[in-house]
Amino acid sequence: MSETVASVSALIVKTLLANPKVPRDINGSSKIVEDLAFDSLAVMNFVMEIEDTLDVSVPLDRLADIRTIDDLAACIVSLKQAS
Amino acid sequence: MSIFSKYEGLASALASVTAGGGRNPFDVVIEKPISSTVGLIEGRETLLFGTNNYLGLSQSPAAIKAAVAAAEAYGVGTTGSRIANGTQGLHRQLEERLCAFFRRRHCMVFSTGYQANLGTISALAGKDDYLLLDADSHASIYDGSRLGHAQVIRFRHNDADDLHKRLRRLEGTPGAKLVVVEGIYSMMGDVVPMAEFAAVKRETGAWLLADEAHSVGVMGEHGRGVAEADGVEDDVDFVVGTFSKSLGTVGGYCVSNHAGLDLIRLCSRPYMFTASLPPEVIAATMAALTELENRPELRTRLMDNARRLHAGLQAAGLRTGPQASPVVSVILDDVAVAVAFWNRLLDLGVYVNLSLPPATPDQHPLLRTSVMATHTPAEIDKAVGVFATIAREMGLNRAA
Repeated sequence: MSETVASVSALIVKTLLANPKVPRDINGSSKIVEDLAFDSLAVMNFVMEIEDTLDVSVPLDRLADIRTIDDLAACIVSLKQAS
Repeated sequence: MSIFSKYEGLASALASVTAGGGRNPFDVVIEKPISSTVGLIEGRETLLFGTNNYLGLSQSPAAIKAAVAAAEAYGVGTTGSRIANGTQGLHRQLEERLCAFFRRRHCMVFSTGYQANLGTISALAGKDDYLLLDADSHASIYDGSRLGHAQVIRFRHNDADDLHKRLRRLEGTPGAKLVVVEGIYSMMGDVVPMAEFAAVKRETGAWLLADEAHSVGVMGEHGRGVAEADGVEDDVDFVVGTFSKSLGTVGGYCVSNHAGLDLIRLCSRPYMFTASLPPEVIAATMAALTELENRPELRTRLMDNARRLHAGLQAAGLRTGPQASPVVSVILDDVAVAVAFWNRLLDLGVYVNLSLPPATPDQHPLLRTSVMATHTPAEIDKAVGVFATIAREMGLNRAA
């Protein structure tokens, strides 16, 4: 596995910035709901995009504990390592 | 701090919907149904194009007669749960009727369709199992997943290849994998490619549950839904449905050939901890089921009407979902425009459902219509005419 939390976080930021509605100044510590103004459905749809890029599935119950982009990156890395 | 302060965002969103004197779209009162297709709203006779009453059976004379007779014979309620004093002979009769209709060996009847999904999904998929849900699943499916503690994975809407990819990622992990799809999706009226999902189920060894709430009585030669229409009923392990659409009453069910379904009666909280259906509802449901079985022309007329409404709205320059089905939604871009359009429809005597994001796919507001077998061509043409008039007034008719 080559992914690290930093590399996954950077990939998430890059994916988010492809959406013109997302603020330009986001980073790993940005809060997904508060700073990006995503509702619950938008979060789930965005995570689906990341899942496809990294070939991993993030169970919905794991999303409940995720606040920041770095949290999501850490979750994905742990799931990748577990698989 | 008020216990309601967390809903301030909701309050301001509702205030913006009703700003300028518009109605609260979630508080419409049908003062009196006049027929299955016409109701009294704000004192005016209004065409009903948003009731999910696909075969018009909520006003079936046979069902009404059966309900009256059952109330007179058995009373108006059971006052108990199915696992205590709430199972009467009628409940067993209805379960047997549904087994015969679906050609399945086992059936559980629930008090609502919502509870049928909640109670079946939460009990089937435990904490060591995986639930794979279509991204556009109904709230009852998502809520069932939360009640059951399974690991929940979403796949792209109506995309069997995407499901296959996600099941492949789970290869070698312990726990059952239960896939949940719907026959017809309630917001856009699009139909599941059930045969494709059945093929993935066969290949991967997953279990398949189909919520045919909107498709029973609508699709299939005998009205058993999309699985029948696609010839893959043997691949569907569990069929969940409701009485509150094509059968015109209230309640829900799950049918299956797996004997284990009877154990679910003892571990499904939404089945165990609520009062069972009252006798008059059971009797009306059985009478409606008889009509559904004996009057296939209702399904033919329903689909003819669906095609007429779908084509009419498209000809009026409005954007609709891809398929003509009993749910036909007009897709708009802007919530304020959708709210104004919906208010104007009601002003001009047509009731439809206003569906707003995030309850809709792709963040688009919808004017969601549902058509009935009992709508006359003239009623459909009148509704389409009203849609077209408003679209012109609002400059929304695209290249019509």
